[in-house]
Amino acid sequence: MSTEQPATAAIGDARPRIEGRLKVTGAARYAADEPAPDLAHGWVITATVARGRISAVDASAALGMPGVLGVLDHRNAPRLDPRAGNYFGPDGSLLLLQDDVVPYAGRPVVLVVAETPEQARAAAGAVVVTYEPYPHDVDFRLDHPAARPASTAFGPEADTGDIEAELAASAVVVDERYRTPEENCSAMEPHAATAWWQDGHLHAVDSNQGPFSVSQVLATLFGVDRDHVHIRAEHVGGGFGAKGPCGPQVILASMASRSFGRPVRVVLTREQVFLATALRPPTDQWLRIGADADGRLRAVHHRPAFALSPLAEYIEWCTEQARTLYAAPAIRTELTAVPLDILPPSPMRGPGATPGSFALESAMDEVAERLGLDPLDLRLRNQPAVGPVSGLPFSSRRSVACLREGARRFGWAGRDHRPRTRREGRLLIGTGLAATCFSAGVFPSTASITAEADGTFTVAVGATDIGTGARTALTAVAADTLGVGTERIRIRIADSDLGMAWGAGGSRGTTSWSFAITQAAAKLRERLGDPARPVTATVDTTALIDYQPATERHTFSAVFAEVSVDPATGEVRVRRMLGMFAVGRVINPLLARSQVVGGMIMGLSMALHEEGVRDPATGRQVNPDFAGYHIAAHADVPDIEAEFVPDYEPQDPLGLNGLGEIGTAGTAAAIANAVWHATGVRQRTLPIRLDRVLEAEGAEVRGAVGVA
Amino acid sequence: MREFSYRRASGVREALTLVAEHDDARYLGGGTNLVDLMKHGVETPGRLVDVRRLPLGGVRETPDGGLAIGATTTNSDAAAHPEVRRRYPALSQAVLAGASGQLRNMATVGGNLLQRTRCGYFADLSQPCNKRAPGSGCAAITGAHHNHAVLGWTGHCAATHPSDMAVPLAAFEAVVRYETLEGPGEIPLADFYLPVGDRPDLETALPPGALITEIVLPPVAAARRSRYRKVRERASYAFATVSVAVALDVHDGFVRDARIALGGVASRPWRARTAEEVLRDAPATPDRFRGAAEAELATADPLPGNAYKVTLARNLIEAVLTELAERDGR
Repeated sequence: MSTEQPATAAIGDARPRIEGRLKVTGAARYAADEPAPDLAHGWVITATVARGRISAVDASAALGMPGVLGVLDHRNAPRLDPRAGNYFGPDGSLLLLQDDVVPYAGRPVVLVVAETPEQARAAAGAVVVTYEPYPHDVDFRLDHPAARPASTAFGPEADTGDIEAELAASAVVVDERYRTPEENCSAMEPHAATAWWQDGHLHAVDSNQGPFSVSQVLATLFGVDRDHVHIRAEHVGGGFGAKGPCGPQVILASMASRSFGRPVRVVLTREQVFLATALRPPTDQWLRIGADADGRLRAVHHRPAFALSPLAEYIEWCTEQARTLYAAPAIRTELTAVPLDILPPSPMRGPGATPGSFALESAMDEVAERLGLDPLDLRLRNQPAVGPVSGLPFSSRRSVACLREGARRFGWAGRDHRPRTRREGRLLIGTGLAATCFSAGVFPSTASITAEADGTFTVAVGATDIGTGARTALTAVAADTLGVGTERIRIRIADSDLGMAWGAGGSRGTTSWSFAITQAAAKLRERLGDPARPVTATVDTTALIDYQPATERHTFSAVFAEVSVDPATGEVRVRRMLGMFAVGRVINPLLARSQVVGGMIMGLSMALHEEGVRDPATGRQVNPDFAGYHIAAHADVPDIEAEFVPDYEPQDPLGLNGLGEIGTAGTAAAIANAVWHATGVRQRTLPIRLDRVLEAEGAEVRGAVGVA
Repeated sequence: MREFSYRRASGVREALTLVAEHDDARYLGGGTNLVDLMKHGVETPGRLVDVRRLPLGGVRETPDGGLAIGATTTNSDAAAHPEVRRRYPALSQAVLAGASGQLRNMATVGGNLLQRTRCGYFADLSQPCNKRAPGSGCAAITGAHHNHAVLGWTGHCAATHPSDMAVPLAAFEAVVRYETLEGPGEIPLADFYLPVGDRPDLETALPPGALITEIVLPPVAAARRSRYRKVRERASYAFATVSVAVALDVHDGFVRDARIALGGVASRPWRARTAEEVLRDAPATPDRFRGAAEAELATADPLPGNAYKVTLARNLIEAVLTELAERDGR
């Protein structure tokens, strides 16, 4: 047994994914691929009204159809414990098939179970569900009569200084509204689960971002011990937040398996993924920023509203940047929640920060515009020495490094800051930038490491790899902390039996799991002198985490974009983007770059394409598929450069922070600012559709004629 | 999804018979639209008659100098054919602007003409839709209609025809040839799509059971310098918000021939005859191009949520005419 340092440290080395070959050859098994003996299949029927009650379910025809085992609805489904909840508390969206209430369109109301998926689907088509519709409200806006202060579970609102006095004393005040639409996570793999009961234990292979937390929810729902629930999620085809909560697929499969005494698989259709799993709520954000003539901020007042469902508490924390990015004598945030008859929102990649930074960084660009300043200089001029609201020092703050290095690489110097000054043929060209930050930290997790007799180490941690490369990154962490090569590490993840662990979310998966691995490795190394093998060390980090650190901990970025706009058609195309990121120490530059480039593409998609559209009459989404709900296609994705500035997080034993979400935040504002620079017209509503640009061009042309 | 039978026809006559003998049979080409609609329950045929292997593929030259494109030619093959590219470049460009490589490899030109609208309400069985369920109403006119028609629609339906290919076909006055058990027939593309009227479910003038066999393009000198420009909400893989096919023949600064058709604005490819009239024998100047575009759009009647399409169509006609005139001027 040798514990000397390997010649090459794994951390910092660019290595491809361990499971890459399995995935590209189709050998990796996803939740819907899990073989199970005597497997039955469930087909979901979703509600077609936005609010109401189910007056009748007529399954008589379906029950006589070939292969049909039965039909579950609110009258015969197993009872679920209403104490089940999510991160924010009790969550009524989990309580499927429990009553005749329809709280949103797309709510699963019936599950048809049959021998084959085709038979289940055919029978589902023969079930007649009748509704008594009630008036519904999906009309979202900041000044909605039901608007109320949002939960302060993430901390109290900011309220420093005298906002009104500082605004009154400002040389310029930007006072604008910014809006972002409903968005859907759109992971490639639809939500799927295969579940079975055995000796009072529930087993499921499920598509989720955190098997342990899913096992907790299911244990509560079904009234069994947590350790009688066994959830695996070995390979997950993307999550982006939509697979963070315990999903309807695994709840329904578990119910049906209990009812019919057989393993049951439920796979949602693409439309059901849109209607029944998760969405990023729309936002309507009021921002006021006051600044002196030299560009020093005096006041930042951010009052964003987001939509939620009465079924569950939720926070779209749009105010994180306003309290972190810039110094100002007065900062006030007032996060506002508007309950509507919609699918309960849940965190979509970069929750809060993504819509919030669109508003703040657009408004900052408007301050620069009105003062005639370089938007880069404006940001550099307002860097805080300590947390602008908390007064705490930053554990690491490389915002300026990101801005300066990004500007150098992008070629920002020499930009004519006046809008509508660059043309190439018929096209208008513009550039824009945005800075942002994203909260970082660590949550409790458990890791076990076993030194095996053959000299290898088995590392077990309840992590999930949702396409990020977590499996590969954690192998590197284990190798370096044990002081061995990665070839001696065997990693096991994605199983609730591996112990309590944080999920892949909140940009805290890698830090949380790595911390547990680091601690388990340290404990194991103390025992390696003893020749007994195998020997195992297990650590639960709950008691080791400082939950009230005396510093602010964030990642930082600066995103630069260049766009072309065709003034005749309103078409906006992004020509190039560059992101500079400060995310602590980078474990694997190849995978890290993939993550932030993917995030930037998602931000581009948000800026120009993504928009859930609701039918005003029925309140239902009218574009729940990829033909109607546009995400960026390959042809929309330009040359993207992403790099990391040197950084080290002192709160983490390995210097790590998360990077899963910061790529998404910031990008939309950089693109919107570039569109302003190209056209001279602000786009304050996303997505920047061609009709919005065209309308602005009409105004611009009329304006130009008027001046002449 | 309704249970259906599948038959593969080995000849045209067999295909016609297999459809005629069944109450509710449909021809299956590439299936890129029909099968999707079957999954949604919008289309519910009892029998599919696969015509993709019938000897109707390929592009041939016609004696008068035009081209005939066989009905089962794939979109990819039609777009790549050297004579299509040489004589009707806008047609090749239009086909390549549609869908994705995989879909174009499956889809056939005959099926392309018969594809259905992508109106979201048409595909949602829980919503009223006169095109899907005659007499049930139209949810789009008072609902989400950002991408709906601004020309030729009625209070019964404001859906658009999604085809890119049909737009240059309209501009070049293509003729659709078909077979029936009673014998062959043909319909000029201008008459192929029925006006919306009060029966938006009735979309084409094809007789019942007819099988499209080929699309015939007459010789059009101007078409050799033609252009298809598609505007959409992302750079690829989206239907047109507005598209235009333009052929322009300018001689000594005057327009000898102009062919213009619009996509994405009506229930059918919209031949812009008014604009063509304004241009005929007129000076090829930006003012005249603008005037022609405005004349064409004078009768446009946008819904509350899609007025932008009128501006867009006007700008697009003007821009493509200008581009072609400048290219000819060099």
